[in-house]
Amino acid sequence: MAYGKYSGFRGLFYNAGGPYHSFSLHRLTAMGICLFVGLHVLSSFSMQQLLGTWGTTINIIYESWWFQIVVVFCVLFHTINGIRVVILDIWPKLLRYERDVVYLEWAIFIPIYALTVYIIVMKAFTGTV
Amino acid sequence: MRPRYVPQRGINLDYLMWLFTRISGVGIVVLALIGLGSAMYMGARLQMDLPTVLRWTFLPNPSHVINSNIPDVTMGWANAFWQIMQFLIIFLAFTHAANGLRMIAEDYVGHTLWQPFVRAFFALLWMAMIIIAVYVVIGSAY
Repeated sequence: MAYGKYSGFRGLFYNAGGPYHSFSLHRLTAMGICLFVGLHVLSSFSMQQLLGTWGTTINIIYESWWFQIVVVFCVLFHTINGIRVVILDIWPKLLRYERDVVYLEWAIFIPIYALTVYIIVMKAFTGTV
Repeated sequence: MRPRYVPQRGINLDYLMWLFTRISGVGIVVLALIGLGSAMYMGARLQMDLPTVLRWTFLPNPSHVINSNIPDVTMGWANAFWQIMQFLIIFLAFTHAANGLRMIAEDYVGHTLWQPFVRAFFALLWMAMIIIAVYVVIGSAY
């Protein structure tokens, strides 16, 4: 079996380090974004065409603060990791530093995500930012 | 889970989709930055709040999100510029997504009899989602 394509639970214990885990997270967040955007489009369609109330139900879930924490993680991680993949594919010489680049990626991701979560949570608790 | 079949070198569908994934990924980021910049430009004097700025970044959609104020709803998708922006995001994002899901599924299916069905399924899903999304954009303008 090709371990390089595995992104399930056993991958958590597969000792390949940062690049493998970012690959795995890239796939999981990709499926999360597909689910989010697909349901967003379908519920927009249902609300626009007045096909029942399930679009409003999805809207209430999407606008809740805990769901936004998940969505921001998916979108932000997928974007930053995707940009890393594109840069390393355009300049393959940089593949030598792949592990370091993954650390750099987390160094960019964590402050942005932490600030966003802080704002979302503060807004959920106090009502204002 | 099966070992992956290595395609031939040269220009073929897998290579073109590999290239497209990179280009469309960068393209979506650029489109989002244009949306974000425009939201900043439009909202700077109107005290636009954060959710509204983010809605202009991706989805100035008057018929789904309730909780933020788009300053002028008719501006949303009635404007040709935002319609074209949205069509570009729809095309790039759904093609990127359908191809990505196809790759994930094919890693599990492999070169079996199921493969053409998997490809047909994602091709149909891709077409259906693009048609529905474009319909929502055009329908919101009226």
